[in-house]
Amino acid sequence: MALKKRKRKSAGIDKNFGREHTETKMQLSGNSAQSEFFTGTLMDLRRGDAAILNRIDLPVDDARRLMELGFLPGTRITAGFSAPGGDPQVFQVDGSEIALRRETAKKLEVTIDHVTRNRKPRP
Amino acid sequence: MSGCKDCSNCGSAAVIEFPKSATLPQAVAVIGPPNSGKTTLFNQLTGLRQKVANFPGVTVEQHTGVAELPDGRAVRLIDLPGVYSLVPRSEDEQVSYDVLTGARADTPKPEAILLVLDATNLGRHLMLAAPILALGVPTLVILNMADDLRGRGGKIDVRALSAELGAPVALIAARSGEGIGQVFDFLAGVMPKPAPKSLPVLQDVPKCRAWASQVGNEANYRAPLPPKWTRRLDSVLLHPVLGPVIFVAVVVLVFQTMFTYVNPLMDGVKWLFAVSGNWLATALPAGLIRDLLVNGVWKGVGSVVVFLPQVLLLFLFIGLLEDSGYLARAALIADRTMAKVGLQGKSFIPLLSAYACAVPAILATRTIENKRDRMATILVAPFMTCSARLPVYALIVASFIPNRNLVPGVLSTQTAAMLGLYLLGFLAAVVTARVLKSSILKSGRTPFLLEMPSYRWPTWQSIGLRLLDRSKVFLRRAGTVILLVTVLLWAASNVPFTHGHPPQIVDSVAGTIGRTIEPVIKPLGFNWKIGIGLLTSLAARETIVATLGFIYGKNPESDQLGLQQALQHDLTLGGAFALLVFFAFAMQCISTIAVVRRETGGWKWPILQFTYMSVLAYVGAFIANHLIG
Repeated sequence: MALKKRKRKSAGIDKNFGREHTETKMQLSGNSAQSEFFTGTLMDLRRGDAAILNRIDLPVDDARRLMELGFLPGTRITAGFSAPGGDPQVFQVDGSEIALRRETAKKLEVTIDHVTRNRKPRP
Repeated sequence: MSGCKDCSNCGSAAVIEFPKSATLPQAVAVIGPPNSGKTTLFNQLTGLRQKVANFPGVTVEQHTGVAELPDGRAVRLIDLPGVYSLVPRSEDEQVSYDVLTGARADTPKPEAILLVLDATNLGRHLMLAAPILALGVPTLVILNMADDLRGRGGKIDVRALSAELGAPVALIAARSGEGIGQVFDFLAGVMPKPAPKSLPVLQDVPKCRAWASQVGNEANYRAPLPPKWTRRLDSVLLHPVLGPVIFVAVVVLVFQTMFTYVNPLMDGVKWLFAVSGNWLATALPAGLIRDLLVNGVWKGVGSVVVFLPQVLLLFLFIGLLEDSGYLARAALIADRTMAKVGLQGKSFIPLLSAYACAVPAILATRTIENKRDRMATILVAPFMTCSARLPVYALIVASFIPNRNLVPGVLSTQTAAMLGLYLLGFLAAVVTARVLKSSILKSGRTPFLLEMPSYRWPTWQSIGLRLLDRSKVFLRRAGTVILLVTVLLWAASNVPFTHGHPPQIVDSVAGTIGRTIEPVIKPLGFNWKIGIGLLTSLAARETIVATLGFIYGKNPESDQLGLQQALQHDLTLGGAFALLVFFAFAMQCISTIAVVRRETGGWKWPILQFTYMSVLAYVGAFIANHLIG
């Protein structure tokens, strides 16, 4: 019971970071000649792709753990190597490399701003 | 002191040079985030003068040691678990917080703190400085891995950082010992209380991170380039095709070494015990005491010490894999497969270690943050074929399975039987994990997070200390539990005296107990002698070999036969298979039960585990006996 209740409560960290985030976005969109932006989750990133974190859709404690590891809203995240099959995937964030499972990665909403060329479509 | 004239404005932030103080701190805490090189520094400072225990009442390991200062005085160091923050959420963080604030009655409040941070990742690691400095305890901020920082083109102004933090800062490389003198100076000197300019709101991670960035900027911190070699190695070791191939090769190499290449070493230990036992037998006068020493103590302890090379070799491998950074990659590669049975990548290494011994495996589950995943790993670890099962398997397989070639030069019937037994234990573990994770240990709410450290050369010091520590644990077990059991068995088989002579084994206390439980084990195809073996093997599996040897040696019917012939005489083929299955499933190990109790903080889990495994063993053995017999 207690677990279920906590699950619904997600960290509202994007509010604190709203302004900074918007600034980042505007700055980036002024420079959009070579790539287009789209929002998605970390799960959509392939190796070499980069994105700006918008929001963590996880319970407060889990979101905090991720933030301590560098997954702060407004931070740039680059996708790195992955286990065979693409899950879990390593992400370069704030000077470290952290592996996340797909189930966690899809809870991290991002604005994708750099996509590597010759990208293969998701199977 | 004198060299500090040029910066009269630096005040308390003078770097490291303090007047010598007569009073030393009683206890100094060492704390830092995971992968900051905290343990390497602790090893450098304390060397062999350290010990590992548990903080009473919790599952957190407590490393304490004594650092000897150059002038001969000594300081007590407490190595706290690696934490990212001081917000008490996990047990590790709670213990660290309690120790630092003096809330634990069993540990004195540290009078000073060594805060170890990774200089190559200072932006993030400096976040931990805020809550630590806020404690108001004299603190030395240690920026570790100075060699890496330089090598990859990063830099930091230590003096400016010290002024910014209001605490002394030392830039060191713990692996090579560079700058370690500064740490000794800090421990020997008068430590100024930190007077930080402004600390952020500790609960707010983004603000803490912003503060860390600002402090870093003030100190002209330039982050180093990404580690080139780590990327290069990862492009091979995490390659979609090569990665898994290398992973399998590493696992095979570990196994091959543990079970083939180690044999000469084990034979050497065996030989040493045999020779010294013979010497003991000739040196002592005949009688009860000689019997006790030679047949009870020496044989019993020897049968366990034989496994020391194997256990040490396994820990050598694990140490090399962990310290080099490959272990995290192995966990990454194994995660998907482990997830299929409800576990995770971090369970892989503990389960691999369980092939040597369940005790260190259960200790190794500490790296699993998710409590339920950790519990499930602890509960299935004793199913893995540990080295204590080997002598039992080897004896029975050699006695009952004729050695024929299945695939000439590659696979014999006996090897196939051994492999089958490994598979049996593995399948039991997988099925149990699935059942547990879909019933009482359901849900994996906590996300799986795995930090990939940069690759580094392991240091001999840290590997050596680890091996020494494990040998101590292993030998203590051989010296206490197994010694006690063999002495008890020896005593029980020598009373009651009739007409001043020790009894026949059938009439002794041990024999009576064996015959009492015979009806229970008869359906499995075991007689009272095997029964005594089963009872003594409750302490540790391998004791059954020594016990059976002891009983058959005492029994006039069989004392002329070797152990193998005696077994063939006593067991049907069905009974032999039943015995193998019983040993594959049963939790016959006092050390494992004790460590599970300690790690799960109560009797509930070990009792559940013991009951479950015993029932499984009994039913499995019953089926084996009736299918084959």
